[in-house]
Amino acid sequence: MVPFNLLVLVSVLYVVLLFLVAFAAEKRAQQGRLGWLRSPWVYTLSLSVYATAWTFYGAVGYAARSGLEFVTIYLGPTLVMIGWWWVVRKLVRIGRSQRITSIADLISSRYGKSNLLGVIVTLMAVIGTTPYIALQLQSVTVSFAVFASQTPQGWGVPDLRSTALWVAAGLALFTILFGTRNLDANERHHGVVTAIALEAVVKLVALLAVGVFVVWGVAQGPADILDRIDASPIATWEMNGGRWVTLLFLAGAAFLTLPRMFQVLVVENSDERHLTTASWAFPLYIFLISLFVVPIAVVGLAQLPEGSNPDLFVLTIPLSFDAEGLAMLTFLGGFSSATSMVIVAAIALSTMVSNHIVMPIWLSARRGGASMSGDVRTVVLRSRRISIGAILALGYLYYVFSGGGAALAAIGLISFTGVAQVLPALLGGIFWRGATRVGAIAGLVLGFSVWAYTMFLPSFGESVLMSAQMLAEGPWGIGWLRPQALFGITGLDPLVHAVFWSMALNTGAFVLGSLMSFPDPLERLQGAQFVNVFEHSGGARGWSGRAAEAEDLLVMAQRILGPEEAQALFQAESRAQGREGYLPDVTPDFIERLERELTGSVGAATAHAMLGQIIGGSSVSVEDLMAVADETAQMLEYSSQLEAKSRELERTARQLRDANEKLTELSVQKDAFLSQISHELRTPMTSIRAFSEILMDGKGMSPAEQRRYSSIIHDETIRLTRLLDDLLDLSVLENGQVTLNCQTANLHDLLERAITATASAETGREIRIIRDEAAENVSLQTDPDRLRQVFINLISNARKYCDAPEPELRITVRRRGDELRVDFIDNGSGIPKRSQEVIFEKFSRLSDQAAAGGAGLGLAICREIMANLGGKVSYLPGQGGAAFRVILPLSCRRAQAGNRQEGP
Amino acid sequence: MGKRVLLIEDEPNITEAIRFLLSREGYQVDTHTDGSTALEAVAARRPDMVILDVMLPNKSGYDILRELRADEATARLPVLMLTARGQRRDREMAERFGASRFMTKPFSNSEMLGSVRELLGS
Amino acid sequence: MKPPAPLFLARRGYRYRRLTDAARLLPVLGAFLFLLPLLWGGGMTRSGVIYLFTAWIVLIILAAVLARLLAAHDARAREEGEGEAD
Repeated sequence: MVPFNLLVLVSVLYVVLLFLVAFAAEKRAQQGRLGWLRSPWVYTLSLSVYATAWTFYGAVGYAARSGLEFVTIYLGPTLVMIGWWWVVRKLVRIGRSQRITSIADLISSRYGKSNLLGVIVTLMAVIGTTPYIALQLQSVTVSFAVFASQTPQGWGVPDLRSTALWVAAGLALFTILFGTRNLDANERHHGVVTAIALEAVVKLVALLAVGVFVVWGVAQGPADILDRIDASPIATWEMNGGRWVTLLFLAGAAFLTLPRMFQVLVVENSDERHLTTASWAFPLYIFLISLFVVPIAVVGLAQLPEGSNPDLFVLTIPLSFDAEGLAMLTFLGGFSSATSMVIVAAIALSTMVSNHIVMPIWLSARRGGASMSGDVRTVVLRSRRISIGAILALGYLYYVFSGGGAALAAIGLISFTGVAQVLPALLGGIFWRGATRVGAIAGLVLGFSVWAYTMFLPSFGESVLMSAQMLAEGPWGIGWLRPQALFGITGLDPLVHAVFWSMALNTGAFVLGSLMSFPDPLERLQGAQFVNVFEHSGGARGWSGRAAEAEDLLVMAQRILGPEEAQALFQAESRAQGREGYLPDVTPDFIERLERELTGSVGAATAHAMLGQIIGGSSVSVEDLMAVADETAQMLEYSSQLEAKSRELERTARQLRDANEKLTELSVQKDAFLSQISHELRTPMTSIRAFSEILMDGKGMSPAEQRRYSSIIHDETIRLTRLLDDLLDLSVLENGQVTLNCQTANLHDLLERAITATASAETGREIRIIRDEAAENVSLQTDPDRLRQVFINLISNARKYCDAPEPELRITVRRRGDELRVDFIDNGSGIPKRSQEVIFEKFSRLSDQAAAGGAGLGLAICREIMANLGGKVSYLPGQGGAAFRVILPLSCRRAQAGNRQEGP
Repeated sequence: MGKRVLLIEDEPNITEAIRFLLSREGYQVDTHTDGSTALEAVAARRPDMVILDVMLPNKSGYDILRELRADEATARLPVLMLTARGQRRDREMAERFGASRFMTKPFSNSEMLGSVRELLGS
Repeated sequence: MKPPAPLFLARRGYRYRRLTDAARLLPVLGAFLFLLPLLWGGGMTRSGVIYLFTAWIVLIILAAVLARLLAAHDARAREEGEGEAD
């Protein structure tokens, strides 16, 4: 007999082997050496999580009780797999292109990324799977117990519950270690999948070994077995047509909708081509698994004592024939079946729970604070780990409280029916664009409720959750609501009844809800993408995941940005990621950058939508969901920044335009300035030259004429000198190199002397000057010579340019704080607005004439002087005539350098 | 002899110099200073030639020249342009508008006399 | 992008489409075979086992043949597709 310790040792060694395999595979995958990890055989074997302990132990029991009916559980998936071209292929393609993480994610994503649907499917999956996990724990503990009870030495029946607890804890540890090692955007778990593939081999070998042992060891070959079948209690096959069809359908549906199946079939699929192999290899696998079920059942029924549990024939037959090694192998096979199911289910469920329940709650709890992706990563991983622990705890508790139901198959079918409720929404979602969220919710909720009412709650047995009276007479005595005879239809097998009504009402509500509701835009977009997935992702594409996606992005970016710019962008990103070529990894960062680039061309909303179409938007993993949400927030901020920037830009542009206009004006003026200099110099020189030549001739001139011409020459040279002085003066003033001679002076005296000086000038007409002598009596600290220069200039300008018939100049003085304002206002026609801006520029004489005798430097000099004196001279518009205001500080202070150059 | 020259120039000293120079050679020199009334002055005085400064008060010498050329009566009147802005652009403008001769200030007296003689064909 | 299709390409395309038709029809055949026992209404387990497992393995073989053909066609199309792309 097998000592218990050896059994434990073998189990532990086996588990260690699984750990090592998973670890090695994980390591290989990390190094990028996927190799055989991505072979279609590993994929096919991983699908074997369909065959759980229910299959391993339960199928024989099922056959012993109901004959051939057990085979429907495997024929259904066979039909689905050989019909892969219809559904599985499409699911895998959608899973790839939309980066689906779970069945809940698929449903949620298809129906407009509705989290409500995600939550519903997740809850359904948890409720439907928990009993199933309990079933696996039970099978492992029971198989331990079988060994124990067979032991003559009596090392005692181990405590079943503590065994189950140990198993659950070990599985939780394994699942956490290899299921949440990292957050892969594709949600692939190479370590887990490889370990499961190994387990698949172990359980197949174990079952085949038992089968061979039974057929050729116990019986005398196939013919003998067939004879034994005829002789067995299950010789006649009472076929229940309703159950047959129902079970075929149910098994096929569950194959697609079981969370663990969806995980291995769609999520863990790394290459669509693997389907071509799996399409026949997986049916072959379950064919081989099923092949010896009837022989084992027949032999068990015949050889083992009356009352033996047929669910354990696989284990008890070798033991009863003292084939200990075989028994050990069988034990490992059963152990493998149970553990692989629990591991994958826990991963799938934890992904769903974490993505659709924990994360949304966490997000809404700390809105706005989740911008750091590292932050989120940890939270996601932690929530997954906790979910895994919680799911296994739930399974364990279910096992403890249900007390371990005798018929394993019953639990399996209840679970199947529960998860099959997702089928209408799933198939409708991928084949019917008219399917809507409302319909999906209605169908799911109704179907699931009917399932719970007609199947799940009664399954706990009479009087546990439903009273016997309620089962017999319906709630409150309403007969047509009897859980197992809805609408008064009695006589149906309870399973057929439950499946029929739940699926019929589910589908009805789904269709009706879809027909009567109206989908929102995102829903319609997703619907079109799911239903037309093959049109969206052309044949050869989608084989190599990310590269294809990057290529799609490049194709789109080229259309929008133009080939060169798009290629440069992608190449730069590629290089930044340390690789060659044009196709970088599609990271959230890169998407964000690309989106920004595209935003510039097509606008934020469109860019977001376009990228969303290709990337699959937020349906990816929670990490990407976060990234996208984060991105959106950043986009908002960015666009407001952009707005501010564009406003600023507009302002700058305006300033530039103004500056440019001014520059153009100045450049025109500079030309004019050169002409003017030329003119101002040449004009006196012309006279000088002409008269000097006349004098040199000397013929026929009176002494008076000679004197006169000499004096003209003299005057003109003085004029030239003055011009040069002015130019130099201006230059000195402009450079701020002037030295001011600050003294106390009286404003009245300064004006008086200025007026006297202008009156003696030879050009200009008489002008009446109106003054307020009392107000002028102010003493101030200033450079009197410079200030007088300004006053002379302003007064003589008025004399020269005031075009009134009776020219008048009013000089007013007002004190404002520590400033004096001296206004010079004449009664002429003033200066036009356009010219007001340039009169203080050099040589900006308003007429072309030189009649005024100045070179147009006067006001420019005034401005510079006033700036140097810490005051200002400016044109005062709207005074009737030309008006200048001189603002003077009362004390001598030099202006700040830098302000001086500012124009009026 | 006794050909009539109309000098349109606003700088009094230059006017005086040219008047002295030409009178001495026997020309009859009329002067005018304002640009805006220059055409009337030409029409009234009917000179044999015009010496025209470019920078005149109220109206540019170029404008006056253009209008002279546009008028049938004065289209062929010899015009000597004077300018103190000796840039090439000024010369080109003068030629385009049909100046008979262009002279940059300051000029030599003999140059001035030579040009006048030439233009009057004597 | 593709050069004007030579005859064999068109023919291959036709073959491919018929192959996919077959792939679509296979589960229908399977369903027919698996539902056939309904007509007998049960009977001997022995014959049932023989019939179902035979039908099952035949389906698997058919699926394998179809998968082989489809994969071969795919590989060829990809090879050519890649040849053109580079």
